Amino acid sequence: MVHTFKFPYENKMYYFLWDVESGSLLQVDKVAFLCAKKKFNKELTDGEVKEISSIDSSIIEEIFAEYDELEKEGALNSLPLVKTFKKNAEEIKALCLHVCHDCNLNCSYCFAGGGTYNTEKDYMSPEVGKKAVDLLLAKSGKRKNLEIDFFGGEPLLNMETVKTVVDYGNQKAAEIGKTISFTMTTNCLLLNDENIEYLNKTMDNVVLSIDGRESVHNATRKSKNGKASYEIILRNAQKFRAVRGNKKYYVRATFTAGNLDFSNDILALNDAGFDQISVEPVVLPDDNPLALKKDMLNKIFAEYERFTCEYINRRKNGKFFNFFHFLIDLEHGACQNKRLTGCGAGTEYLAVSPQGDIFPCHQFVGKNEFLIGNVFTGIHNQNIREQFSHLCVLNKPHCQECFAKYNCSGGCTANSFNFTGTLDGQYEIGCELAKKRLECALTVAAIEKQL
Amino acid sequence: MKHITKLFTKSLCKKHETGCGECQSSCQSACKTSCTVGNQSCKQEEKINITKKENI
Repeated sequence: MVHTFKFPYENKMYYFLWDVESGSLLQVDKVAFLCAKKKFNKELTDGEVKEISSIDSSIIEEIFAEYDELEKEGALNSLPLVKTFKKNAEEIKALCLHVCHDCNLNCSYCFAGGGTYNTEKDYMSPEVGKKAVDLLLAKSGKRKNLEIDFFGGEPLLNMETVKTVVDYGNQKAAEIGKTISFTMTTNCLLLNDENIEYLNKTMDNVVLSIDGRESVHNATRKSKNGKASYEIILRNAQKFRAVRGNKKYYVRATFTAGNLDFSNDILALNDAGFDQISVEPVVLPDDNPLALKKDMLNKIFAEYERFTCEYINRRKNGKFFNFFHFLIDLEHGACQNKRLTGCGAGTEYLAVSPQGDIFPCHQFVGKNEFLIGNVFTGIHNQNIREQFSHLCVLNKPHCQECFAKYNCSGGCTANSFNFTGTLDGQYEIGCELAKKRLECALTVAAIEKQL
Repeated sequence: MKHITKLFTKSLCKKHETGCGECQSSCQSACKTSCTVGNQSCKQEEKINITKKENI
C-alpha cells in the first residue's frame, strides 16, 4: 500500500510517497507524484487528470521505470511482512499504579471524574504498592527492562507509597537482575523543592501537565475551589526543568474545542523554557462543549500544518525543541512486533487501582466488567487479557487500508470502547488526527534531512 | 533516479521483527490518551549505538 501526500513549506510544495508496509519515505517531483496517484489508484482531481494527459509519454515511462526499480528493491508497494499476530497475554512489562484517587485540581475535561474515577477518594497503601511490584517481577518473563508509572488522580498526594514502591522495586528487581524504570505524571501543584529533588533523582521520565497559554490553562485546569492554577504550576514546572538537565521529561498539554489554535499553546510552552513538549487532543463525548468534533477537523489539520512549519523553523534557527508526536524514528524505530503490539493495554501493560484491583489500562480502572484480578490474589480473569491479545491492526477492519496503522498501532482501546462500545471499534476523530500527525511528522523528517 | 529521492528506506523491515519486548511501553511515555509507537526507539539499536560509541 502506498500513501501519496503533499505539504506546503516556505512557498514550495513538497510531494511524498509513504510505503506503508516497508516504511520507506520517498520525495518525488510533481509529475512523479501525479503518476504515483494514477499508478496506485488514488483519486485524481480534474486538474490533475488534465495535467497528466499533457505530460510527454517518454517522461511518464521514465518515472514508471523508476517506480518499477523501487518495487523490486522492496521500497515501494511492498507486501506485509507479517500477516497474523497475537500478543503475549501472559507476561507483564509495565504497570500504571493509581497511587491516589484524589486530586487537588478540578480540570473540566478530566477522564478520571476529577481524580476519583467517579468513586470515593482512595489512596494506595504501601503494602498494595509492594504487592504490585511483586506481581510485575513475577510475571515479567525474560524481560529485563520493566516499568512502573505513578498516576492518579494526583500522585504527589501519596508520596509515602511512591517512595516505598521505588525503594522496594529497585531492591527486588536488582536481586533478580532486572531494572524498573519509574515515571510519574503530575499536575505540578505540589512540586516543591523536596519533591523536585526526589523525582529528578528517581524518575526515568516525568510528565508535567500544563496547558500552554495562561488563559487556556486557567480556563480548564482550576483548583478544587475554582481558582486559577497556571502561575504556581508554571513556576514549579520551570523549577523542575531547570534541574532536570538532559534527563527525560515532558510538559504535556491537552487541547480542546476551546483552543483549536493550539499551536500557540505549544509555542507558548517552548517560549516558557520547555524543550520536550507533548500536546494531546482531548477525548470527550460529543455532548461536552469542550469535545472535538468532526466538523472541526479541517481547522485542526490546518493548525497542525501551521505548527509543522513553525516547528521546523524554530528548530533550524536555534530554538530547538521536540514535539512528542513528531519524533518519528525512521532509522532506529520500533520493530514489527512492537508496531503490532501497540500500547500493550490488557496484555503487557496493566493498571492497578488504589485497592490493588487490576485493569487493562489506566482508562479502564473502575470499569468492573474489565476487572482482571488483584495484586493480592493474582490474575483471575485471564479471558479479558486474551480478548486484548487479539486487538491488533491486522485484525481491525478499519485499519486495513490505513497508511498510519504501523505508527498508531490501532489506536487507544479505551477510546474505541468509550465511543463505540466495542474494544476494536473505530474512534474516528482519533484516527484522522493520527493520520494528519503522521504526515506532518514525515514532512519534518524529510525537510530536516535536507537542511 | 531523476524524479524520486529516497529519504528513508524500509524503516519497518527490521531484523528484530520477532520482538524482544524490552522497549518502552508507549503509554508510559508521554501521551496517556493517544497511543503511538511511531516515535518509539528500538532498545536493541540503542544498545548497538552505545556499543559503537564505546568502541570509538
